[in-house]
Amino acid sequence: MAEMKRGGPHGPHGGPRGGFQKPKNMGKTVSTLLRYVGRSKWLLGVVAVCLVLNVGCTVGGSYLLKPLINECIVPGDYPRLAQMLALLAGVYTCAALLSFTYARIMVHVSQRTTHAIRRDLFARMQRLPLSYFDAHTHGELMSRYTNDVETITEILNNGLVSLCSGALTFLGVVGVMLYLSPLLFLVTVFSLGLMLAVVMTVGKRSRRYFMAQQRDLGEINGYIEEMIEGQKVVKVFNHEKKAREGFTRRNEAYRRSAVSAQSFAGAMMPAMGNISHINYALTCCVGALLSIAMGLDLGSLVVYLQYTRQVSQPIGQMSQQVNNLLAAIAGAERVFEVMETAPEPDQGQTTLVHVSRGPGGELTEASGRSDGWAWKRPDGELVPLAGDVRFQDVVFGYTPEKTILNGISLYAKPGQKIAFVGSTGAGKTTITNLINRFYEIGGGLITYDGINVRDISKESLRRSLGVVLQDTHLFTGTIADNIRYGKLDATDQEVEAAARLANADVFIRHLPEGYNTWITDDGGSLSQGERQLLAIARAAVADPPVLILDEATSSIDTRTEKLIEAGMDHLMADRTVFVIAHRLSTVRNAKAIMVLEQGEIIERGDHDDLIAQGGKYYQLYTGQAELS
Amino acid sequence: MIRKLWPYTRGCRRWIALGVICSGSEAVFELLLPLVMADIVGTGIPAGDTNYILTRGCLMVVMALVSMALGVSAAFLSSQAGQGFGANLRQAQYDRVQAYSFRNIEKFSTASLVTRLTNDCNMMQMTLMMSMRLLVRAPVMLVSALVLAVSISLKLSRVFLAALPLLLVMILLVIRRVSPLFSVFQERTDGVNLVVQENLSAVRVVKSFVREDYEEKKFQERNDALRQISEKAFGFVVINMPLMMLITYGTIIAVMWYGTPLVQAGELDVALLSTFFTYITQVLMSLMMVSMMMMMLTRSVACGKRIVEVLEEEPDIRDTGSGLQVRDGSVDFDHVFFKYNPEAGAWNLQDIDLHIPSGATVGVLGATGSAKSTLVQLIPRLYEASEGTVRVGGRPVGDYSLENLRNACAMVLQKNTLFSGTIRENLLWGDENASDQELEAACEAACAMEFIRRMPAGLDTDLGQGGVNVSGGQKQRLCIARAILKKPRVLILDDSTSAVDTATDAKIRAAFRSQLPDTTKIIIAQRVVSIMDADLIVVMDDGRIAETGTHRELMEKSEIYRDVYQSQQEGAEIHG
Repeated sequence: MAEMKRGGPHGPHGGPRGGFQKPKNMGKTVSTLLRYVGRSKWLLGVVAVCLVLNVGCTVGGSYLLKPLINECIVPGDYPRLAQMLALLAGVYTCAALLSFTYARIMVHVSQRTTHAIRRDLFARMQRLPLSYFDAHTHGELMSRYTNDVETITEILNNGLVSLCSGALTFLGVVGVMLYLSPLLFLVTVFSLGLMLAVVMTVGKRSRRYFMAQQRDLGEINGYIEEMIEGQKVVKVFNHEKKAREGFTRRNEAYRRSAVSAQSFAGAMMPAMGNISHINYALTCCVGALLSIAMGLDLGSLVVYLQYTRQVSQPIGQMSQQVNNLLAAIAGAERVFEVMETAPEPDQGQTTLVHVSRGPGGELTEASGRSDGWAWKRPDGELVPLAGDVRFQDVVFGYTPEKTILNGISLYAKPGQKIAFVGSTGAGKTTITNLINRFYEIGGGLITYDGINVRDISKESLRRSLGVVLQDTHLFTGTIADNIRYGKLDATDQEVEAAARLANADVFIRHLPEGYNTWITDDGGSLSQGERQLLAIARAAVADPPVLILDEATSSIDTRTEKLIEAGMDHLMADRTVFVIAHRLSTVRNAKAIMVLEQGEIIERGDHDDLIAQGGKYYQLYTGQAELS
Repeated sequence: MIRKLWPYTRGCRRWIALGVICSGSEAVFELLLPLVMADIVGTGIPAGDTNYILTRGCLMVVMALVSMALGVSAAFLSSQAGQGFGANLRQAQYDRVQAYSFRNIEKFSTASLVTRLTNDCNMMQMTLMMSMRLLVRAPVMLVSALVLAVSISLKLSRVFLAALPLLLVMILLVIRRVSPLFSVFQERTDGVNLVVQENLSAVRVVKSFVREDYEEKKFQERNDALRQISEKAFGFVVINMPLMMLITYGTIIAVMWYGTPLVQAGELDVALLSTFFTYITQVLMSLMMVSMMMMMLTRSVACGKRIVEVLEEEPDIRDTGSGLQVRDGSVDFDHVFFKYNPEAGAWNLQDIDLHIPSGATVGVLGATGSAKSTLVQLIPRLYEASEGTVRVGGRPVGDYSLENLRNACAMVLQKNTLFSGTIRENLLWGDENASDQELEAACEAACAMEFIRRMPAGLDTDLGQGGVNVSGGQKQRLCIARAILKKPRVLILDDSTSAVDTATDAKIRAAFRSQLPDTTKIIIAQRVVSIMDADLIVVMDDGRIAETGTHRELMEKSEIYRDVYQSQQEGAEIHG
């Protein structure tokens, strides 16, 4: 089905816009995330202990200043000074070591966690049904790996720890402040309240601006992607001026919203910092007055002032981390959503096995290259693989609302070449998609050598079917690697033989490094036709019993096609082959030709029958003949 | 690189200057505060002078407020500057890319151009913004802290002076170790993403060949490698902080040790001593920021370089022509040679000598890779002939402005694109002033009207990004309609009906004949039937013209042509 091809541009920004959405089901996501992090529970325990001790050391270290000033520096008690400084050095060294320890452990934990998340995400993605990929753009799925996993790493690397240590430090410092001077603490409470108010109001506004910024960013990135990809068309149509106008408008919109968003976000830090300075000033004044009026000692005042600096830091830090945390949870939620999607159903028990044929024709399971293939039923019975595919009243639609195939019945005898003809959108590709069970049928029955395809394990089913698709896709790697994709343990000879069969050998040898030429970017340096030849070679090396050719030669000119025909004939010999083609010349020699229209088989028979029937096929065919 | 990118800060330079001043002054104010505090504690308290304390206290509050104003302004100014710079860069790159020829675009690949205009630009604007906010503060803070420390006590400042180079060396060492690790990290991240991306686009291939496990293994290898380098890189980064803490704390302890005799001697009061602590921590904090910024800077240098590459790439087709209009649709190739890569030895097109009268229908046939597309792309000057001359309307293509030339030569590309928006919006690319009747007529000619009518909103049906809501054949027909709307002198179809069935294909060609009699039609096709009624058929073979003539002539003299024809036609002759 051409409608199902959702190639779509898939840049790095196709994903959902903005990391600022609030997670929907926080509890569940967090518990899943905790399960991942929990694999390192012992390490996390160590981190917690280090964290608490570290906060104790830093808060306590500052507290030591008081006796230092009051008892050593002011009276000039050198031995005691030396003693105290040694103690202080010890405490600080501990703090530094502890902080290193937990930070290092957290790096390990976070990398281990995201490594596992990425692994599970990819593994699940491999098992998802095709309908999932139809419904989600590549960009969207890519952004699970790039943006979402990234935010999780970030929060585990820094966020979580600084959130905890921030909270602990805050509590510790407040405690000591209260102990040092409850009266001065009143001043602190006032400015802390002020800070909180600023965080709340500025934070709220900046979030709104951020949303606008993300929206405009998505807009401009989408536009860039589309215009750059379509740049050739833009040029051919002299559309540069208009395209530029559209670009400039979006660029400007993004600039505006980003300026607001970034200004507010950026203003947060100086605002908080300077409120803390005001706090410092007020504390200093009040402290000085207290010291005159009530004899607050100098050491306490100096220490208190040091703490004043320390107490405000965690607030700014935490307010930032809370945003990151929310973003990470939202990201994790999107990742887990993919992981929780049901995989392709596969209850099939029947498997494909190699068999060897005994003298009396009886089959026995064999390993490696052998006389042939057979289906092994769950009860151990062996059914020889013949390539007999039947559709009985098959009903199917990609979405429940729209039926694509309406009660299709067809029968492919083993070793036959079956062709599907029909206009675009008639349902040709859909039929082949159902044979290898890319999609589940809505009604009817598909059997393969008499076995319901649902009873065959998907792996075995697909292994028995070689497919050359309408769109060729190649992987980064050498030419040989790409052909070998059809059979991973193929020798160099097998690879070259397959290439020769597909007539790809000639152009490959003309490449600078022959079979070792490196291809990137989906084979962008090769022509459409050359890529198709590679795809045919890839199917050839797999040597499957049944072959599906979906417009496999549409981009190969007829002359070249003729050249590979011999190879293709060899490839198709003794196999059941399903061919989809626009060119009637390619399907003419098929044993059975099915003419499809709007999801129904309207005519069937071999070429001569169909011409004799004088129906649609005849029209199509003579439409061509009439012009000659 | 900075020198090359600096011009793109135009319009934002005053923001940058003001922002830098604000950030710098804020840093100075931050350092002055502890000094006033020392006044209060050191002078006010011993004297018991309440009045003095209060006036100094007010001064501090005022200073903090001024500093807040400066800081907030710096935030606003830096976002203005950063975003402005980013917008300029994006625009400059976009304009550059629009000036590119096909060859330039192919050199970069579209995916990489998209990254350069999106991610790389964002990185640059972020860098400028953060630099203005944080990077400026560090040196200002360092210098002012030093000056102030020296002015408080020359002797005690020595401790400070000894610690500073130590800190700087430490930071440099860490950065030098870490930045190569991060470039490896970046590479491996790209490696992981590449596997995912290819897996997504080839999902049907993966499933057909049952290669899920293989793909997983491939992914897992990259994933492991990424984890390993991340642990190493980030593991190194976390040494930074504790190391800095050690140095700071060491300095504070040293200051106390050497400061006590000074306090005893009455050269320094305790309050001033404690301002030293504050300075040390503050300088350290700003240096920490710098070291964090450095990580970002190493990444943005890479981004900047990539942007400069885009900006410096010379468009290899220059729009030199005048306002001349194309007179008619005649096309001439005078001994044209062409190669894509100037350094390559072999020609892609060799000695093409071809003369097409205005209004003719020309078919081009040839094997995959015989340079059919290359040939026709020289007409609207999408590529420039290496040798020889291509003429349209009797004059060399270089004589026309690109706009006039391309307006006269419409082309439907092999790999065509529709844009997000409605069908109507896409068609208007051909002629923005087209009326509904004209649109429908063009669609009728391209056989697109039949399916447009079936669509829920007709011409106003939304196509979605990249035209995903229509099938391949429908897309091709829309692209043809779009080209017809240009009412061109020359219409070029580069294998544009490959996904259209034969009957429709024939209808489209019939419409061409009746509706565009004066337009030169150049049709590249795989199917002989698509071109056999052409006035002239050109058979291409390996970059040369193998044969030209009408169907009848070629059937007689061209073996290639006969071959192709027979392979497609034998059935028709038997039964037709």
